Amino acid sequence: MSTTSINLSLEIWRQKDSKAKGDFETYKLTNISTDMSFLEMLDVLNEQLTREGSDPVAFDHDCREGICGMCGAVINGIAHGPEPETTLCQLHMRHFNEGDTLVIEPFRSRAFPIHKDLVTDRSALDRIIQAGGYVSVNTGGTPDGNSTPIPSATAELSMDAASCIGCGACVASCPNGAAMLFTGAKISQLSLLPQGQPERKERAMAMVTAMDKEGFGNCTNERECEAVCPKGISIRNIARMNREFVKASFF
Amino acid sequence: MELKSNVPEGPLAEKWDNHRFTSKLVNPANRRKHSIIVIGTGLAGASASATLAEQGYEVKTFCIQDSPRRAHSIAAQGGINAAKNYQNDGDSIQRLFYDTIKGGDFRSREANVYRLAQVSNNIIDQCVAQGVPFAREYGGTLANRSFGGAQVSRTFYARGQTGQQLLLGAYSALSRQIKTGKVTMHTRKEMMELVLVDGKARGIVTRDIITGKLETYSADAVILATGGYGNAYFLSTNAMASNVTAAWRAHKKGAGFANPCFVQIHPTCIPVHGSFQSKLTLMSESLRNDGRVWVPTKPGDTRRPGSIPEDERDYYLESKYPGFGNLVPRDVASRNAKEQCDEGKGVGTTNLAVYLDFAEAISRDGEATILRKYGNLFQMYEKITDSNPLREPMMIYPAVHYTMGGLWVDYNLMTTIPGLFAIGECNFSDHGANRLGASALMQGLADGYFIIGTSIASYLGSTKQDAVDSDHPQFSDAKKQVQGRIDKLLDCNESGPDGKLTVDEIHKELGLLLWDHCGMARNKEGLEKALTELPAIQEKFWNNVYIPGTGEELNQSLERAGRLADFLEFAEIMILDALNREESCGCHLREESQTEDNEAKRDDAGYSHVAVWEYQGDRGAPKLHKEQLLFENVTPSQRSYK
Repeated sequence: MSTTSINLSLEIWRQKDSKAKGDFETYKLTNISTDMSFLEMLDVLNEQLTREGSDPVAFDHDCREGICGMCGAVINGIAHGPEPETTLCQLHMRHFNEGDTLVIEPFRSRAFPIHKDLVTDRSALDRIIQAGGYVSVNTGGTPDGNSTPIPSATAELSMDAASCIGCGACVASCPNGAAMLFTGAKISQLSLLPQGQPERKERAMAMVTAMDKEGFGNCTNERECEAVCPKGISIRNIARMNREFVKASFF
Repeated sequence: MELKSNVPEGPLAEKWDNHRFTSKLVNPANRRKHSIIVIGTGLAGASASATLAEQGYEVKTFCIQDSPRRAHSIAAQGGINAAKNYQNDGDSIQRLFYDTIKGGDFRSREANVYRLAQVSNNIIDQCVAQGVPFAREYGGTLANRSFGGAQVSRTFYARGQTGQQLLLGAYSALSRQIKTGKVTMHTRKEMMELVLVDGKARGIVTRDIITGKLETYSADAVILATGGYGNAYFLSTNAMASNVTAAWRAHKKGAGFANPCFVQIHPTCIPVHGSFQSKLTLMSESLRNDGRVWVPTKPGDTRRPGSIPEDERDYYLESKYPGFGNLVPRDVASRNAKEQCDEGKGVGTTNLAVYLDFAEAISRDGEATILRKYGNLFQMYEKITDSNPLREPMMIYPAVHYTMGGLWVDYNLMTTIPGLFAIGECNFSDHGANRLGASALMQGLADGYFIIGTSIASYLGSTKQDAVDSDHPQFSDAKKQVQGRIDKLLDCNESGPDGKLTVDEIHKELGLLLWDHCGMARNKEGLEKALTELPAIQEKFWNNVYIPGTGEELNQSLERAGRLADFLEFAEIMILDALNREESCGCHLREESQTEDNEAKRDDAGYSHVAVWEYQGDRGAPKLHKEQLLFENVTPSQRSYK
């Protein structure tokens, strides 16, 4: 572990609330340890702003270990920054250089209104899940866990899709503002498993309809979503969703 | 304060059955007339909300995050225990019960722990039915692994993301109920106060995190599922927003707080690397299966690990505990690491770390085998530290991880306030003085899916309540109090930031005080010192904290300040409780209570009880009550790892 310090120039999107017109503001940060995470760097900035009597930058974050999906911003045009398969909280400052200018913006999408600074409203993703991202089973009365064998490869494929953390980076990076990687991942997880079969068609229809209703766009195979996904979720899940949707519509 | 455990009659294995038979029920048609508030959407809160809504109650659920899918249950890596005995290796409900109560060093209630083991099997069935993609064997059956020193393979897992998958399962069930309208979901709302009417929990005051608006909500019962208080130490493995506020507000309204000094400190975390550090990251303790823990024999040795010859390395766990070696339990490993660092033998830039070395395992099994076992952990470690564990030893250090203490609850998971329930990590119920690996997920889901429904029906079915809505004067009073607290916090910022401290600066000071004196090894002198120093930090906070902005907007400094204010008050009973428990047990070594070999000495004659603290107003000293623990089915034994 070799620790060095760098100086940075930050251009951060500042917006007072959802109605205000936002703009970029420039901040200088000196002596940033390269062992810091990106969010710790923002903590340092906020402590500095607080001591100066200015308003700290609002940003969402919680677990800081790359799994809750709460954090996220666009760094120099890339959602979650330049490291592949890494959330913003797991991005470390050693990936930046002395004197770098970092442009930091919220995840932008018609379906993600900005609350303040880097904090956005991603509740549209919750509403897609509410439309059908579940198996309709009540608590109790379920069969023994081993009563339906599931091939290991199928369980792993389902798990690949299920590892989505719902951060919304896929939406922010898509030129069409599509949420198809997110929606496709949940539809795939359940359509691959025997538990998901009874509601397979209704689920695909309902989730795709909800996705459209929320104002998300459609996939044109740009693959930007896959490139920024912190969990490496493949666009095969979008193909699977499309097949599920077509089958649900015609058969 | 009366502590009635309400443990049902009958033999241990029949208590839960008897209880369900004798408990009152609410007719399905009448359930819709009852509303229930659930705070928190981790495993316990999400599963309880979904289950109660399925049963027909009107549920109002609250979380501070932007979505109910984010709670910190999501970060649990290892797995979930159940007594399925799918591996045919001798597991049973009785064995899971015994392991859990023994792991807790005989400081939990037999009947609660037995019930936990009983419903553990239902949890697995439930999660499988929801489509949780658990790991499978090639033949398609569920896979298990051995975890946390258990002698049977009873841990179910989904890669290293078991908590995530179980939480998303509960979240999906909750989402389904939000869709039906049976759950009204309130995100980004923080519970600021509990409202009592006629001595019963009837509602809450919340603050909308986006607008700052204070709101009141009424119900026939309130369930807290608000997690643990590990962030009292500032640095912990908890999520940044995890806090004690809801539990502490309830405590101040009359809910007893049990065993607040029982905090689990996990031995294998990535060490602190600077004062800017915001949280600590846990590495699965499975690493100790193949890693060897060592420090240089000479204090202050700054050579790189590779340049330190074998005979100048101290493999202290192996020499001190030849039987268990590097696999000693969490508390023993943590305590010894701190001891080595206190002696000046710590490594790394901060000297607060010990080595965990895979060199021998790699030369024995080959890189490929080691990577297959720990590849993702090595990757995570390298991402954070920029050091490759295949090339040089990892550095690890203990960190605050889980709090066994919490709100006191009876067998029904009801606190000492009628109508207020506490589930998951925020109650004290099942883990005694130490929690076993893969048991937190089990308890959260047991409480939420399978226990709270019976308790709620029993309470509502046997309690006559007047209709109360949020126009009741108790609600407006509570709201005024909350507003007063917020105004008081913001008072300090009128004169600007000069000479003031930020919220985090004061929080770090509190954290250090607790870590130094109320951590894994404690003594009377240190605890008394902490107790004398605490008021100065509290005073500094109330007189000298600077919180920018106003209360009527998204103000993250204000949120943190409110939570710190409660941690500062809560710390007092943590320290008092540690001072009062003059025995070593579970996670903690009380330095005055050691065997001749310097091992933890439990004192069953003096401390086989749950210590429950009662709030006595702002100026009164907290009052201690005791619930004696009766062991009718197991005989408390002393641990020995020599």
